[in-house]
Amino acid sequence: MRTYLLRRGFETAASILIVAFLLFALVDLMPGDPIDLMLQADPRLTSADVARLKALHGLDRPLLERFGAWLLGALRGEFGFSRLYGLPVADILLSRLGATLLLVGTSFLFALALAMALGTIAALRPHGLVDRLVNLLALFAVSVPSFWLALLAILLFAVELGWLPAGGEPPAGTGPAGWARHLVLPVAVTTLLGLGPLLRFVRSGLLEALREPCIRTARAKGAGTARVVLRHALPQAVPALVTVVALQTGGLLSGALVVETVFAWPGMGRLIYEAVMGNDYNLALVAVLAGTAATLLANLAADLVHARLDPRVQLG
Amino acid sequence: MPGSTPVSSSAESARGGVRRPGGPLGRPAGVLLLLLVAAAVLGPPLGGAFGLDGERIDLANRLAPPGPGHPLGTDELGRDFLVRLLEAGRVSLLVGLSGAALATVIGSALGLLAAFARGPLDALVMRTADIVLALPLLPLLVVLAAVDPIRLGLPAELAASAGFDVARIVLLVALFGWPTTARIVRAGTLSLLAAEHVRAARALGASPARVASRHVLPSLTAPIVVATTLAVGQVILGESVLSFLGLGIRPPTPSWGNMLSNAQEMLWQAPRLALWPGLAILLAVTACNLAGDALAEAADPRARGP
Repeated sequence: MRTYLLRRGFETAASILIVAFLLFALVDLMPGDPIDLMLQADPRLTSADVARLKALHGLDRPLLERFGAWLLGALRGEFGFSRLYGLPVADILLSRLGATLLLVGTSFLFALALAMALGTIAALRPHGLVDRLVNLLALFAVSVPSFWLALLAILLFAVELGWLPAGGEPPAGTGPAGWARHLVLPVAVTTLLGLGPLLRFVRSGLLEALREPCIRTARAKGAGTARVVLRHALPQAVPALVTVVALQTGGLLSGALVVETVFAWPGMGRLIYEAVMGNDYNLALVAVLAGTAATLLANLAADLVHARLDPRVQLG
Repeated sequence: MPGSTPVSSSAESARGGVRRPGGPLGRPAGVLLLLLVAAAVLGPPLGGAFGLDGERIDLANRLAPPGPGHPLGTDELGRDFLVRLLEAGRVSLLVGLSGAALATVIGSALGLLAAFARGPLDALVMRTADIVLALPLLPLLVVLAAVDPIRLGLPAELAASAGFDVARIVLLVALFGWPTTARIVRAGTLSLLAAEHVRAARALGASPARVASRHVLPSLTAPIVVATTLAVGQVILGESVLSFLGLGIRPPTPSWGNMLSNAQEMLWQAPRLALWPGLAILLAVTACNLAGDALAEAADPRARGP
């Protein structure tokens, strides 16, 4: 267990470091460096000024050396400044984190609850009407383009019916009801995105568990459906769900990028998109890296929790 | 409920008599996929024969409603929307098919390599596959797609061409799409390498290349085809998102994704423009998913969920 923990921790740290380096190199390849952008803004800069500025910011040094310097700063918590906002990158990220956690967290809880409920009902009567509808829903959820669904939702509920705002963040001083109104559409779309894979997994996991001999024994002893599912089948199916849920973290972040962009929700996903489109290298680099690191750590945590919950899993 | 313990699928099909392999929706999905491809390939020239043009700008006829002259109306520049939709289908389907194919080729090669090499190389490839599967795909794709090709040393006119957009997006989706196939091929190869006929071939001195091409890959055709079919849908989805965000196929070349990004700006004036491209994506991806599931069942009836 101890060696496994050390190995996985090392692997995760190494992956984050490699992703950090790749992102650093990629950001370097995005159009124009900061000094070129300054040059466009101020035609009076001479080429001597440009050379001097590049030397000042270390842009003339080789990639590895710059990455090393950046990494040392990052380890001390210095992530540099954002070009678009003129603020420290860390401050901007923290201010956007709440909105994303609210959106993704709420959607995720809804998706999980719906998947457990619908998946269970479907698995109890395979090929029944409910099962067919649930399968259809799962198929739709994994096949529909998220941004189109978001556009349709805006079209129906904001443009045609005028029930809900088309997007944006609630104005300052809005109460919880205002936040809820702004959250309904983004949360609904993100929930559906997360629902597809979870639903399929809950259904198949439960079907498998229901085939176990212990279930037949429980039924023979007179246990009702509710007791069989809640006491015997679900506890077998849930531990594996933890890893699937963790694998969804990356997908949820991808979904958040699209949903936040379409609904103009002030979260991390939209921030990443804006930073990339606005050539804000520092911000793009740190935001994507933060998302990636969070995803990989979630997966690490899930493997450990899975092993804890399910005694059949051997770590090696 | 009768027969409260779910019976296994094989028992059920034996009892229930003939159940068409591939489930009830496999064939319609395949037909739908073929129809979409045929419409995209044949549609634009056919439309041209009827005087419909997806390229010609006709400002006098902007945002015309559907009518006899234009079956789906015109867009904000007066171009025929139906023909444009079919032209976009060519691009989106081409990207989907070639992206999935490239991901399959890379994945199969790496899966074979891992299974034949074993040891540290195997561990490296498979751990990388695990990590790539967990990564937040879209944020990374957005960064990758924003890379300036001129800084990579590509000539400017090549970087601005439509072919480059297609090639770039195919490469990007393949970069993230290989792990699924790699896992399937590695697992299949490992079990085949333990099989008698493959061990016999190796004992007779067949080279790894010959064993892989003559004895391993042919037996893995079915799972590879299934994975590729499912991947086509995922790639179409990925392309549409990136193009919608302005980082995939760029106008004037139409794709279903960038047509929707146009439609977003026209959402208040012409909501119908947002309907058709999204429906096309939904149909294409659903068809791929259904066809993939059906092929998986047909290839391995025991694997079918009850």
